[in-house]
Amino acid sequence: MLLREVSYARPSTVEEAVSLLTEHDGARALAGGQTLVNVMKQRAASPDVLVDLADLDELRAISVSGTTLEIGAMATLAAIMRSSEVDVSRPILATTAATVADVQVRNRGTLGGNICVNDPTNHFPPLLVALGASMTIRSATGERVVTAEEFFVGVFETAVGEGDLLTRISVPAAGKGTGDGMAGVTLGAHGTYVANAAASVVDGTWRIALGCVGAVPHRATAVESALEGTDVDEAAVRSAVEGLGDTLDPPADVHASAEYRRSLAETSTVRAVLQAAEKARG
Amino acid sequence: MATTPVSEKVVTVSVNGTTYEYEVPTRRLLVHFLRDDLALTGTHIGCDTGSCGACTVHLNGVPVKSCAVLAVQADGAAVTTVEGLGGEELTPLQQSFSDHHALQCGYCTPGMLMSAAALLDENPSPSEEDVKIALQGNICRCTGYWNIVEAVVAAGKGAA
Repeated sequence: MLLREVSYARPSTVEEAVSLLTEHDGARALAGGQTLVNVMKQRAASPDVLVDLADLDELRAISVSGTTLEIGAMATLAAIMRSSEVDVSRPILATTAATVADVQVRNRGTLGGNICVNDPTNHFPPLLVALGASMTIRSATGERVVTAEEFFVGVFETAVGEGDLLTRISVPAAGKGTGDGMAGVTLGAHGTYVANAAASVVDGTWRIALGCVGAVPHRATAVESALEGTDVDEAAVRSAVEGLGDTLDPPADVHASAEYRRSLAETSTVRAVLQAAEKARG
Repeated sequence: MATTPVSEKVVTVSVNGTTYEYEVPTRRLLVHFLRDDLALTGTHIGCDTGSCGACTVHLNGVPVKSCAVLAVQADGAAVTTVEGLGGEELTPLQQSFSDHHALQCGYCTPGMLMSAAALLDENPSPSEEDVKIALQGNICRCTGYWNIVEAVVAAGKGAA
C-alpha cells in the first residue's frame, strides 16, 4: 500500500534522536514498526517525520544491574525470549513475549513499541503494572523515571509526550518468594486478548492488573488485599476474586459483551493468581 | 546537530546475494521495493496489514513481514526472498512441499517457505509442534495446513 508521504531520519545517538523528536512537529519514533507501519497504512497515524531508532544499540541492551532487570526499549520480543538475563531474573517476560502474535512480528516488534502503543489489548501493559516496573524517558531537558501506572495514560496514550523518547524499562529481579502469572482469553492461540490478568506476589504481597477492561491496566486492589494472609488455594482465590467483575466497566465489542468480559476478567484473575502462587512456592 | 529528515534516500541492500543501490521514497514498503523496483515478484502481498505472512522474507537471516517494513529500514541489510532459496534446483524443503502436495493455489507458498526455511536453519529436525509455532504468522486460505506441516516435518527428517 502507498503510505502518505513521510520524512525519515536514522539518528546514530540517543541525543540526536531526542533532538529530531523535539525539533520536528509531527515527528514520531519508529521502533520495530509492527504497529506503526500498519496503522500508517490505515491513516490512523500520519506522522510527518519518522525517527528510526534502529541504529541505537544501547536501546537494545538487556542487563541486570543489582536487583533490577534493565531492558532497552528497542529490545525485540524475540531477544527477550532468548535472553538469559530475563530467564534468570523475570522469566514471565519471556513466556509472555512468546505469546505475542507470531515469529515474524516478534523478530521486529519491541517491548518499547508494545507499551508505547498502549493498545488496551496488548500483553505488556498489564504485566508491567503487575510486576511494578518503571520506565525511563529522555527528553531535551533530561531524564525522568515514571512508574508503570503513571506511564499508561489512556487508550494509545502514555507518559511519552512530544519530544520524549522511552529508553528503558526496569523490572525488579525476582528473588525467592516471588511468583508471576498471566492468563486470559485470546482470539486464536497467540492472538489478541479479549480479557487478561497479570498477577505477581512478592513475599505474600500481591499486585494484580487487568487488561482489556479499560483504557489503562486496572489494578484489582480489593483482590490484592483479600489475598493477604490466605493460603492462596483455589477456594481462597475464588473467594477473593468474587465480585471483581461488578467493580469493572469494560467495553463491549464484537468479541465479548461487557458482561462476558467481566466474567472473563474474574476467571483470568483466578488463573493468573494460582499460577503466580505456584511459582512463588518454587 | 541532528541529521535532516529526507523523503528520498539511497539505500544499499543485498538481496539474494546481489547488492543493489537504489534511490527510494522513504514511504516505500520493502515488499514494493522487492516487487516493483527489483521485479522479484515471488514475494506476494496478501493482506497488506501484517497478518497473513505471504510477504515473508528473511531480513538479516530472520523471517519478517516485508509489508510491515519500510525499504529504508532495510538499508545496509541482507534480504533473502523465495527466489534466493534454491535457484535452478529445488531445495529439499521445496521438494518436500511438492511431494506432500503442500499447496493448492500457491499464493501463500513463498511466505510459508521462508518461515519454514528459517525454522530449519535454527532447528534442523523440528517437531510438528515446532512447525505449527513457526508457521503461526502464515495464513493459507485454501486451509491446506496439514500437508504444509507434514512437508516441513518431513524436510527436517531428510525424507523429502
